[in-house]
Amino acid sequence: MIRLYSKIMHGLERLGLFWVFSVDVFKWTFRRPRRFQLLTAQIEHMGVASVPIIVLSSFAIGMIMSLQLINVLGLFRSEPLAGAAVGITMARELAPVITALMLIAKNGSAITAEIGSMRISEQIDAMETMSVHPIQYLVVPRVWAAVIVFPILTALANVIGIAGSYAVSVWYKSVDRASYLFELYRMVNPKDVYSGIIKAAVLGLIVGLISSFYGYYVKGGSKAVGDAATSSVVAASVSILIADFIMTDILLKVMFG
Amino acid sequence: MQNTDTIIEIEELSKSFGTFGVLDDINISFQSKQITAILGKSGSGKSVLMKNIIGILEPDRGKIKIDGTNIVPLPEKQRREYRRKIGYLFQDSALFDSMTVEENIAFPLVEVLHMRDQRAIRKVVQEKLDWVQLSGIENKYPDELSGGMRKRVALARSLAGEPEVLLFDEPTTGLDPVLEESINSLIQRVNHELGMTCIIITHDIVGSFQLAHKIAFLDEGKIQVEGTPENVADVAHPVLQKFLENSFIAAHRTMDNMELL
Repeated sequence: MIRLYSKIMHGLERLGLFWVFSVDVFKWTFRRPRRFQLLTAQIEHMGVASVPIIVLSSFAIGMIMSLQLINVLGLFRSEPLAGAAVGITMARELAPVITALMLIAKNGSAITAEIGSMRISEQIDAMETMSVHPIQYLVVPRVWAAVIVFPILTALANVIGIAGSYAVSVWYKSVDRASYLFELYRMVNPKDVYSGIIKAAVLGLIVGLISSFYGYYVKGGSKAVGDAATSSVVAASVSILIADFIMTDILLKVMFG
Repeated sequence: MQNTDTIIEIEELSKSFGTFGVLDDINISFQSKQITAILGKSGSGKSVLMKNIIGILEPDRGKIKIDGTNIVPLPEKQRREYRRKIGYLFQDSALFDSMTVEENIAFPLVEVLHMRDQRAIRKVVQEKLDWVQLSGIENKYPDELSGGMRKRVALARSLAGEPEVLLFDEPTTGLDPVLEESINSLIQRVNHELGMTCIIITHDIVGSFQLAHKIAFLDEGKIQVEGTPENVADVAHPVLQKFLENSFIAAHRTMDNMELL
């Protein structure tokens, strides 16, 4: 009972610390000096370097979804609807969530490990001794790079996912090309795409904050950095799924209600 | 900064971590343009004291006066302005491992002194590297350097910020005797040539007695002994005398072995 109580208290303390950390990130975003070169460097590192994995994963998901859907839609002789189904699902849900999960694994753990290593080797302390606030220098560019990069990569995932679906449906399963494209353009609404982009930006914010938080407050040695990287991936993954549920509920009412 | 005798003054400073008390009512002053060495057992709180001065830790109680102003109650922004006058050399150098030597030394030039002219920055970096006798390594990364080279690059980086006080956290720990001597002579040059106040935490008792104008001995959370090396050597504090005995006996043994050879 006492162990449970202290676990709950520890969890609440961490949550409080995360809240304070997030508020600090927002405060330091607007304070001078503004370091746009750091932001662009992070956008390149997070975004450009992630294009291959996003292309690969979204193409694969588009292909697999089409295979499964054509199997089911075939029972109702509605195979041409596969494109529309993939388009809506990718735009509203899969593109933002899969992109976020891929980038948590690729970039989130790297952010935690990098900042965590800097913490244990006193590089963050060194920055503070030079009156450079480490949250402003290290965390702010990474968080806002994630907010910018996630929607862009989500948009790319949308396009590539549909390309994968087209390849399987039209080339492999011989679905009529004109019918496929007609249903795709008829049923996929710009609102589907916008809702996915909005989700992606919020998920980027969550992933950027959580990954940086776990690295920033590492205590101990290299094992602690490894543990923090693992914990940040788990925490970020669970958080984005919870956030996705909440946002889906809100967006369905606001945009599609 | 005004040219007063006392540049940093610590009054009644206390610091604990949970129930574990580390510093208890510390009172010590550091004179301008002098070298002060702080000695003490491992875990006695020397680094904690330094980190309170530089602002990495906040004291539970007490005053830290820089140029007569107690900076503890000041807002964060004003404290940062005062702390820009103090440089800190970490025990493990704490160089930014994703940056080259040039970028490391340029960091305070850009972030503290707000220099923008790349040519001027490169010139200053070159000067600092020449001063620590490490020219030609601008494009190397910290993991390509030896321990002694990292310490000298870290010193060059600290000097680039143009501080008035430099804190050294065990600058010679883990170095061979030749490097120890070269780091000690660098500290002397920093003090004599650049007129900087130097505060050193060290276990190098022999070196500190040769180098420092003032020695302070920290034990059980308090400054137990403070004074010139000659005065401190005569104080009958049992722990301090044990320190001095062991260090000077070891030094004599080394000299005797060399004579035998």
